[in-house]
Amino acid sequence: MKSICFYFQVHQPYRLRTYRFFDIGRRHDYYDEHQNRYIINKVAEKSYLPANNMMLDLIKKHGKVFRIAYSISGVALEQLEREAPQVIASFKKLAETGQVEFLSETYAHSLASLKSPSEFKRQVERHKQKIKSLFNVESKTFRNTELIYSDAIGKQVFDMGYRTMLTEGARHVLGWKSPDFLYVNSNNPKLKVLLKNFRLSDDIAFRFSDRSWDEWPLTAEKFVKKIKNLPPEDEVVNLFMDYETFGEHQWKETGIFDFLYALPEKVLQEKDLQFRTPAEVAKELQPVSAIHVPHPISWADEERDLTAWLGNELQDEAFDKLYALEDKVQQCNDKKIEDDWHYLQSSDHFYYMCTKWFSDGAVHHYFNPYKSPYEAFINYMNVISDFILRVEEKFNASEITSQPKHKKEQPQESGRRVAQPDTFQDLKKVPKKVLKEVLKGLSPATLAMALANTDNEIYERLVSTMGKRTVKAMKDNKPINLTATDRKNARQIILDSVFDYYDMHSV
Amino acid sequence: MNVLMFGWEFPPHITGGLGTACFGLTNGLAANKVPVKFVVPKAYGDEDQTNVRIINASDTEVTFATKMVRDYWNYISYVEVDSKIIPYVSPEDYYNIVNSAEKGNETSENKAFSGKYDFSGKYGKNLIEEIMRYAIVAANIAADTPHDLIHAHDWLTYPSGIAAKEVSGKPLVIHIHATEYDRAGEANLNSQVRDIEQKGFDTADKIIAVSQLTKNILVTKYGIPENKITVVHNAVVPQEKTIPDAERGIKDKVVTFLGRVTYQKGPEYFVEAANKILQRDKNVRFVMAGSGDMLEKIIRRVAALRIADRFHFTGFLKGDDVDTMFALSDVYVMPSVSEPFGISPLEAMRSNVPVVISRQSGVSEVLKHALKADFWDIDALADQIYGLLNYDALSTSFKKYGKQEVNNLKWENAAAKVKEVYQSVLNK
Repeated sequence: MKSICFYFQVHQPYRLRTYRFFDIGRRHDYYDEHQNRYIINKVAEKSYLPANNMMLDLIKKHGKVFRIAYSISGVALEQLEREAPQVIASFKKLAETGQVEFLSETYAHSLASLKSPSEFKRQVERHKQKIKSLFNVESKTFRNTELIYSDAIGKQVFDMGYRTMLTEGARHVLGWKSPDFLYVNSNNPKLKVLLKNFRLSDDIAFRFSDRSWDEWPLTAEKFVKKIKNLPPEDEVVNLFMDYETFGEHQWKETGIFDFLYALPEKVLQEKDLQFRTPAEVAKELQPVSAIHVPHPISWADEERDLTAWLGNELQDEAFDKLYALEDKVQQCNDKKIEDDWHYLQSSDHFYYMCTKWFSDGAVHHYFNPYKSPYEAFINYMNVISDFILRVEEKFNASEITSQPKHKKEQPQESGRRVAQPDTFQDLKKVPKKVLKEVLKGLSPATLAMALANTDNEIYERLVSTMGKRTVKAMKDNKPINLTATDRKNARQIILDSVFDYYDMHSV
Repeated sequence: MNVLMFGWEFPPHITGGLGTACFGLTNGLAANKVPVKFVVPKAYGDEDQTNVRIINASDTEVTFATKMVRDYWNYISYVEVDSKIIPYVSPEDYYNIVNSAEKGNETSENKAFSGKYDFSGKYGKNLIEEIMRYAIVAANIAADTPHDLIHAHDWLTYPSGIAAKEVSGKPLVIHIHATEYDRAGEANLNSQVRDIEQKGFDTADKIIAVSQLTKNILVTKYGIPENKITVVHNAVVPQEKTIPDAERGIKDKVVTFLGRVTYQKGPEYFVEAANKILQRDKNVRFVMAGSGDMLEKIIRRVAALRIADRFHFTGFLKGDDVDTMFALSDVYVMPSVSEPFGISPLEAMRSNVPVVISRQSGVSEVLKHALKADFWDIDALADQIYGLLNYDALSTSFKKYGKQEVNNLKWENAAAKVKEVYQSVLNK
């Protein structure tokens, strides 16, 4: 028996408007409302709606045996709710059938997994809640942005409680192995990994309408025959693709919907073929081996690596400048800033800065609103420059209010005062001897909360002054559902204790 | 003293500094009571003719051609023109021009020597052909138009000046605004253009150079005797419109580079100086306003230096955006590698922006209230920019005296010097 596992990706970013240098500090509307509205409506009408309706028809027609999966980014859901609620309604109907699995991903379709475990976690959580609130389902399977995966990312995903993850069946990773089996993460065999069969997936997603392809035109019969021609021992055929394949990338006129409609029937006529969702595949099949992925892979381009989003100077600069803001954004406690912070993380912005013009340039060009990667970079950096100003302003305001009241009353004459910290960052300047005395008096739980998501330097410095037992107790007391306010308060306790120490010792 | 002047463009139809300079000069000459008949390849009818009579070469019937023109014609008829020779054109325009080229490309020789020829008046692909046709028409104009001397601006019009001199026998004054060495650099020299320049300099009775820097190039690179060249610095037309009061969105001070992003303008030195300053002081922003063949390289460099959140690009600016940019700027930097004159620092100073300019610019010869550094001396550039940003006394006095200084650079005075040159050739 072979399982056919369909998963469709739904994502639309918030595209940026032309944001000029002159706008920095003056305008904070970053998105091209008109274009975004136009695109989401167009894609909803040409692709999402007709495809959803067809899926509902197919479920009606074939009953329980037809099963599929979707992953829908949070930013796409937001835009659909606002612009095309009928699409959300039809996804809800699909959810109600119980034959459709909704996967977890990052809310913003971001690359956070490559940069910040804490932000990655936050976004996955936000997405999970969004799916729960809209479709009343609990996502159990994880698919990362662009199917990005590595051993280390797999571990992060496992630590978040997922036991199944999807990625690309990249040739350079598989070698002689086939993607048509269930694998496990090489560090943690409890995380099962499903690999995309890119040959068969791309037959539909990329080659379907290509008249120069020797297998054109592709029919449901032909496609099923290709599946039947796979080695008999293969257990699963993972067909992963963008949902826009239906009606947008492949126009209706190419016959893509007819193909989609005919396929389940042809599949189900075969006794040894069945449809399964990713979660079902992971549950039913026995893993055959571990898959070693030391460097991240993705489903993009010929290289199946990250170079579409990261790697050139432009992308790296933009990416690093964005993520340098993480801590401050968290402490701002401002909904609008948090939203922008997420929207600006969408992988698409970095994709537009890609300078690989050759082989895959055509695909890049098609989806790219900019004339050149340089223009994309300039525009993005202008927006980021404004965003940095907003974050700094808000952050500084919240820092001022959180300063201890008694600080201003302190006399200025003592030379020792210089070392007194204004912010948590300033603890770097406080002598270790002082820190040791102060931290001794605080509970491990407080310390754990204060030290959550700090930068390494400050973390190392504080931990180096603590006793072994404190460090262990702190690790055992790892905060659950820590809010930014909790952390801020915990940090304030440390700062206040330092002041108190100086107060006592300066006289 | 009647002057027959050959130009390539005249406001409002200009693509670069040459037209603006010609406009200023003819107005200045009028103030010195020197009447000028100004010939352009193509007149549009809306030129400001208060102080000058515009002759449209496209309207002139051609009835004969001089031997010199025939020689030139034979020369060019077998020389293909490559397209790196275009002066004074923004890269955008250049791109459009080159891509829309070929129109009206009538190459039949008979046509060239009779009837009217409709010039494009642009810097096109078949530019040299146009220049030579212009010379043919110029000879006819010189025969029909009474004049005492001929004045030709830059290499585009030198063949016309020479042809006119051949017909009328009047003295020829050649004005040099930029040489091929400035535009292309020694390595990428276009020999056709250089040859035309050389012939112009050799044939001229007197030469006017826009700076001592340019004069030196003529002496060393073209072998022209020093006493044949007079330096007359350019001036500026007083600012008439009021500067827009641009709202500042950012608190940080702004340092601006405004110009073509090409080798000649030294943009990479601006980036390196910016990086030095940002290592010291984060509260500054740098803006590169303009476009050109080095822009992508510069953007990559800025990204690699990790300063892209402090170093911004605006693309090509024109009209009000230029004024807004000046209004937002605290320091203007022109680190040109080779700048025969360089009018943009004067525009900045006119807008109350202190300037740092390279010593390798003609304008540095006339300005006192500007900081000057060698273009390659990044430390000095950085130091001077930092000084203007942080020491208020410096910027305050530069703003105050700089504006006065610029307002004293009048075309009337420059034209008086040109008039002296005219007199010297007429009295010969």
